[in-house]
Amino acid sequence: MIPLWMYLLVAAALFCMGAYAVLARRNAVAILMGVELMLNAVNINLVGFWRYQQPLNMAGQAFAAFVFVIAAAEAAVGLAIIISVYRQRKSVIPDEADTLKG
Amino acid sequence: MFQVPTIADLNLGLTLPALSLALGACVLLLLDLFVPRERKEITAWLAMAGIAVSFVLNLAGFNESGTAFLGTFAADQFTGFLNIVILITAFLGVLLSLDYLKRAKIERGEYYVLLLLSAAGMMFMSSANDLIVVFIALELLSIPLYIMATFRAPDLKSEESGMKYFILGAFAGAFFVYGAALVYGATGTTNLPEIFAAVNGIIAAGGSQMFLLLMGTGLILVGLGFKVAVVPFHMWTPDVYEGAPTPVTAFMSVGAKAGGFAGLLRIMVVALPVFVLKDGQTAAAWQQTFWLVAAATLILGNIVAIAQTNVKRMLAYSSIAHAGYIMMAVAAAGTAGVANEATRAALLYLMAYMFTNLGAFGIALAIEKDDGSDTGVDNFIGLAKSKPALAAMMTVFMLSLTGIPLTGGFVGKWFVFKSALDAGLVPLAIIGVLTSVISAFYYVRIIVNMYLKDGEGDPAAGATRYVNWAIYVAFAGTLLMGIFPWIATNLSDTVVLAVEMFVR
Repeated sequence: MIPLWMYLLVAAALFCMGAYAVLARRNAVAILMGVELMLNAVNINLVGFWRYQQPLNMAGQAFAAFVFVIAAAEAAVGLAIIISVYRQRKSVIPDEADTLKG
Repeated sequence: MFQVPTIADLNLGLTLPALSLALGACVLLLLDLFVPRERKEITAWLAMAGIAVSFVLNLAGFNESGTAFLGTFAADQFTGFLNIVILITAFLGVLLSLDYLKRAKIERGEYYVLLLLSAAGMMFMSSANDLIVVFIALELLSIPLYIMATFRAPDLKSEESGMKYFILGAFAGAFFVYGAALVYGATGTTNLPEIFAAVNGIIAAGGSQMFLLLMGTGLILVGLGFKVAVVPFHMWTPDVYEGAPTPVTAFMSVGAKAGGFAGLLRIMVVALPVFVLKDGQTAAAWQQTFWLVAAATLILGNIVAIAQTNVKRMLAYSSIAHAGYIMMAVAAAGTAGVANEATRAALLYLMAYMFTNLGAFGIALAIEKDDGSDTGVDNFIGLAKSKPALAAMMTVFMLSLTGIPLTGGFVGKWFVFKSALDAGLVPLAIIGVLTSVISAFYYVRIIVNMYLKDGEGDPAAGATRYVNWAIYVAFAGTLLMGIFPWIATNLSDTVVLAVEMFVR
C-alpha cells in the first residue's frame, strides 16, 4: 500500500503550486484557479488522513465535502466580482486596478 | 458504528440565537421580494427586528452552557458575550446603512440579507467547537463581506476593494483550512476538546505528529491573522477599508475582527493551551509567535497611521493597531492560569472597540459626500462650528481610541495590559503603552482640526436621522463602559474558556 506521506507530499506540492499561482499570476481568473488548487490540496490531505488514521470516524470525509461546497461558493462570488470589475475596466489584472494606493 | 442522531441529541435550544439569525436572513431574502423597490427601508426594519429577536434569545440563554450539534457547537458565556457585541454591531451597521444606501443610490434589499448572514457567520464562529465549524463560519462571515465591499459597483474604488478583499480572503481561507487539515492529521479529530485531550500524547510521542501539529497551528494563525488584520497579514486592510462603502467598512472593521478573534481564542485556548515543545514549560508553544505578531502589529499600525490623510485609511491603520492590543491578550492567554483572565480582557476590549469604532466611522460617514468623496482628515476642519454635537462626540471617540480614562477604550486597555503583565509579558505591555502614546498623535490631530483650525465648517450632509441615532448609541456605549465599567465586566465575570478539568 502506498504510504501516507506520499499523499501528503503531493498535497503539499499542489498547495505550493496554488500559492505560487496566487502570488505570481497577474490574471484574476488564474489567481482564482490557484486558490482552488490550494483548496483541493487540502482535500487530498483530509481524505488521506481520514483513510490512514481514522477510517471509522467520518470527520475527515465530512470536512472534505464542506471544503468542496465552500470552494464552489467562493468561486461563484469571486467570478461575479471579477466580471463586474472587467465590465468597468476591460481588464482582469489586479495590478492595473490601482485607484487605491498601497 | 454510526448512530442516527435524534432531534433531542442536537440540543437546538442552545443554538437558537445564531440559528434564528441565519433563518431570519433566509426569511428576509424571501420577504424582500414583496417590498416595493422604492421602499427598501422596510427590509432594513425587518432586518433590525431579526437582530432584536436574536438579541433577546441570546440574553435569555446567556447563562446556559453546553454543547449542541453532537459536540460541534458550544454555548457558554464567551459565546453570549461575543454575540452581544456582534448583534449590536449588526444593528448599528443597519442603522448606518439606511440613509447611506439611499444617498449612494445603491439601495437594494439584498444588502441587509448579506449583513445578517455575515453576522450569523460571526455568531457561529463565537460558538464553534470544531475545526469544521470554524472553517464554515469563517467563510459564512467572509463571503457576504466580499459582496458588501463591492456593493457600490460600478464605483471603481468599491469594486477594486471588493476584488482585493476577495483574493486575499480566499488565499487566507485556504491557509487556514490547510492548517486545520494538518491539525486533524496530527490529532485524528476535528473536535476542539478532543484535540486538547490528544495534545499531551503527541508531545510525549514527539516526531512527525508534533511537526504536523506545529505546522497546523502556524497555518491557522496565518489564516485567521489575515481576517483580523495583524502584521504581517495586514496589507489588504487600508485599501479595502477605503474603497468599501463606509457603513460596510464600519461593520467589517468590528465584525470581522470579533469573528476572527473568537475563532483564534477558541482554537488556541480550548484546543492547544498545553501545546509545548519541551516538557516543563508553562507557556504554550504558540505564545512566542503571538507575542511577536502583537508587537509588530502595535508598532507598525500606530506609526503608519500617522502618515494617513484620509480618515478611512487612518481608521484602517488604527484598526490594525487595535488588533495588536487584542492580540496581546491572546498571547497572554498562552500562559497557564492566565487564560481565562486574558480571554475576558480580549472580550472587553472588543466591546469597547466596537462602540468607539462604530461611532468614529459613523462620523466619517456623516461628513462624506454623496459620491463617497471628502473623507480626508482635513474635512474635519471647522466641524466644531458647523456641527458642535458631532464634533464633541468625535472627540470622545478619538479619546477612547487613544485610551483616555472615563472612556470605554481605557477600560479595554486596562484589562489587556493587566492580563499581559500577569502573564509575564512585561516587554509587550511596555510596547503597548508606548504605542498608545504614539497613537494619541493622530487621534488628537482630528480634534485639533475640528476645534483649533479656522475654516469653513463641513455641512455634514450625511448626518441624517438614523446615522445620528447610531452615533448616539455608540457614544452612550463608549461613555457608559468608561464610567460604569462593571456593566460590561459583570457580563463577562464567569467567562471560562480553558478546559478546567485537565489541570496541568
